[in-house]
Amino acid sequence: MLGYVVLKVARAMATLWLVVTFVFVILRLSGDPTTLLLPLDLPDAMADVYRERWGIDRPLWEQYVTYMRSLLQGDFGVSFFDYRPAIDLVLERLPRTLQLGLVAYGGAAVLALTLGVIAALYRGTLIDRLVMIAAVFGYSMPNFFFGLLLVMFFSLQLRWLPPSGTGTLEHLVMPAVALGLAAAAQIARFTRSSILEVLGQSYMRTARAKGASWGRRIRWHALPNAAIPLVTVLGFNFGLMIAGTIVIETVFAWPGMGHLFYQAVGVRDYAVVQAVLLLIAASVILVNLIVDLLYAALDPRIRLRGGDA
Amino acid sequence: MTIATRDDPSAPRKQSPRQSDAVIENPPGLVRRLGLDRPWIVILAAAYLVVVVLVALFAPLLQPYEHTAQDLFEMRNPPVFLGGDWRYVLGSDDLGRDVLSRVIYGTRVSVVIALVGTGIGAVLGSALGIIAAHFRGWVDEIVMMFVDAQSAMPFIIFALAVLAFFGGNFWVLVIVVGVDGWQYYARLARGMVFSSGRATYVEAVRSLGIPTRRIYLRHVLPNLLPALMVQFTINLPGTILLETTLSFLGLGVQPPMTSLGQMLGLGRDYLLQAPWIAVAPGLMIFMITLSVSILGDWLRDRLDPSLR
Repeated sequence: MLGYVVLKVARAMATLWLVVTFVFVILRLSGDPTTLLLPLDLPDAMADVYRERWGIDRPLWEQYVTYMRSLLQGDFGVSFFDYRPAIDLVLERLPRTLQLGLVAYGGAAVLALTLGVIAALYRGTLIDRLVMIAAVFGYSMPNFFFGLLLVMFFSLQLRWLPPSGTGTLEHLVMPAVALGLAAAAQIARFTRSSILEVLGQSYMRTARAKGASWGRRIRWHALPNAAIPLVTVLGFNFGLMIAGTIVIETVFAWPGMGHLFYQAVGVRDYAVVQAVLLLIAASVILVNLIVDLLYAALDPRIRLRGGDA
Repeated sequence: MTIATRDDPSAPRKQSPRQSDAVIENPPGLVRRLGLDRPWIVILAAAYLVVVVLVALFAPLLQPYEHTAQDLFEMRNPPVFLGGDWRYVLGSDDLGRDVLSRVIYGTRVSVVIALVGTGIGAVLGSALGIIAAHFRGWVDEIVMMFVDAQSAMPFIIFALAVLAFFGGNFWVLVIVVGVDGWQYYARLARGMVFSSGRATYVEAVRSLGIPTRRIYLRHVLPNLLPALMVQFTINLPGTILLETTLSFLGLGVQPPMTSLGQMLGLGRDYLLQAPWIAVAPGLMIFMITLSVSILGDWLRDRLDPSLR
């Protein structure tokens, strides 16, 4: 067990390090920020002063060390546009994104797990077909297009919901639906197939043979065994949903982290882009780690075997 | 293709216990459950994709107008079915450009980027997977570390960052889209080479003294192809959505070049006055991804039951 935990934590750290290094490499490869930020007619000597101040004149490995050190101290750099620490800007927007993300993710997960289980249990019936057809559509529908269709229908035609912005509960409905759709489709589809797979196992036949009731077979034999793949797909969709906030917040002018990221990308505000990127990466890696640890809690085979899994 | 799968001696060994175990309740493919494997739906999806590919190939001949041609006297004309006339079948946009011509051209760009990009990912991933499986040891460890890192992160945020720093142009976009999804091929190829290393046909050709490179190219690779093809189809919708999302956000292809996502992004501002500007490319994207999904699921069920 301990070996397993250590291995997973180490792997999460390695992933985080890869991401951080990747961001550094991209930043440095993309050229000299002074040409972008300083006036074109600035004398070279002056530009050199800035290069020295920003540490761009140093050898690459030294820049890398400085970069890693400042990240470890929680210093993500200063926004080029309003000269505030990038991390402050990001944290300011974070609650909005969490609000939207949690509503969408929670709603999608509850709805999709329920529908997926129902579809599996009533396999081949009309309900099953409807759920799966909805899943295929949800899966193929680009979330930004779906968001625009919602706006056209519910805001412009029916005038029921505000097309963008934030403040009331009504503002939350469409962005949450648009954000949750793809995840719900994927989770429902996956839930159905893992429940069906479990139902086909020999231990289900055994449970039936020894006279366990239908409800008992589902509750105590099917669901626990389907839990592992479900935890996997739930964890996987968390990352996708975070990425989805960038698009959805932009479509609905939702003032969260994703919208900030989009704006920062537009004006090449490196420090903010980097801060959002690393924050998202860290949270996704954390969720993956939690998923891995949940495996061990859920599955005695992993818990007892230890390390290699 | 089915013959090639059956020829692989490792495949039946892996599958036989499961098949005998769950003859009755083995979950059938999504497509079959929906009745979407009814030949006519799959045929319809395939036919639609053939049309899409033909449109992409012959876009310049099919466009009624140049996709950049503006006419400021013909701004926001409605499509034919909304009271417009036949000069602008799908209406015209805010600069008086023909929406149909732009959809045709945008389809070409989006399809080319998605196909070339997915192709790059497939070749890169399969190569890395085969290399990892061949050398094993630390090479394998390193490749798998990258595979894990890539699967752990939502790729689109990296794509956004790269495009933000390097600027969006066609080739940067193709490469970015290509890097997405390589890890699936790597994992698949690695696993299959591992199992084929023990396979009798590899032992047989090796004992004939055939050089390693030739074994891989002539004997192992053909056996991997069906599975890689299925993976290609499964990845394709995601690739299309990635490109259209990036272009929608304005970070993909830049004008005068256009793609379906970029059109949708521009049409966003005219939802009230001229919804067709956004809806036409949006529907096109949706129909393409839907058709590829239907076809991919069907292929997966037909060719490679082990992939699920």
